[in-house]
Amino acid sequence: MFKTFANAIQSLSVALLMGLPMASSAQQLSDNAWIVVESPWARASLGMSRPGGAYLTVRNEGNDPISLIGLRAKISDMASIHETRTNSDGVSSMAPADDIMIPPGGMIALEPGGYHAMLMQLQSPLVEGETFPLTLLFSDGTELEITVPVLGIGARGPEG
Amino acid sequence: MKKVRIVLWSAVVVAAAVSATLWMTERNQGPVAARVDPEAESFTADFELTDHTGMVQTDEDFRGRWMLVFFGFANCPDVCPMGLATIAQVMDELGTQGSAVQPLFITVDPERDTPSALANYVPQFGQGILGLSGPPDQIERTAETFKIYYQKIEEASAPDGYTMGHTSSFLLFDPEGEFVRIYEYDEEPGLIVTDLRERIGA
Repeated sequence: MFKTFANAIQSLSVALLMGLPMASSAQQLSDNAWIVVESPWARASLGMSRPGGAYLTVRNEGNDPISLIGLRAKISDMASIHETRTNSDGVSSMAPADDIMIPPGGMIALEPGGYHAMLMQLQSPLVEGETFPLTLLFSDGTELEITVPVLGIGARGPEG
Repeated sequence: MKKVRIVLWSAVVVAAAVSATLWMTERNQGPVAARVDPEAESFTADFELTDHTGMVQTDEDFRGRWMLVFFGFANCPDVCPMGLATIAQVMDELGTQGSAVQPLFITVDPERDTPSALANYVPQFGQGILGLSGPPDQIERTAETFKIYYQKIEEASAPDGYTMGHTSSFLLFDPEGEFVRIYEYDEEPGLIVTDLRERIGA
């Protein structure tokens, strides 16, 4: 990871200048926290009529708690974080998630069977091999845009 | 009614006893079915549904093969694609032994998941997986005989204003249609493959 703020900015600038997609991770210095997003991926959709799902991890490398409060994406007219819960009887259901607090030094994972980015009213299909931008909204006003690669419909994780 | 065989479970019984204990302590949350019904000694798969090619299928059509059954719905963005991906990977890894196993995806959302809707969905995960649907009363009867739970949940933010809660475990049935065990939908595919290989080869 980057040792200093200057290094981070330099690396980001270089990446931006070179037009690199920064698909595997993105980070940004906000007022009170380092927010590091890693391993984003989405599952290919079948057309646009059913909701898509995307996953990632967020680390808080700052000194204060921060909450992930929402999502925005051009590819979806209704993007939000949902949570799947499976009870002790093996019954799963899904509901919109509350704000997700990440303590200093902590991490949250959006992964199958837990939190996920639910992308409803897709404006274009999620096509395997393509990427799309997704903006994460945080409680301190930080808006972090990341690039999400689309994996196959049978993907079970960021490695496929 | 089909003949009921007495099957000794061994490890499953222990697992059932443990889940029964957990179940007893957490059951005050409303009507839910047990994942492995501790009261049931055994049960046999029993259904008549329409597959995604339009053919009527009953449990008896799959005698002689193991059935790996997963209940879900196509508008489900998280659990169901994950479960189907797990099954697809299991079938891939089973290779030629996969011919002894028939994976079935039975919808709990018959309003939207007609056989033709399933035809555009289920085979995308793997050609061997058969999608099954039917009129709501047939789905209801199927869920009862499989002892699984499903419920429509009003949810303003979901497509068409509702989502489905449902049993997400896979149910395994032996070549005589007797229930054997469950696997979790997000289980490591390799572990399911190892278990299935032992049973198929036995």
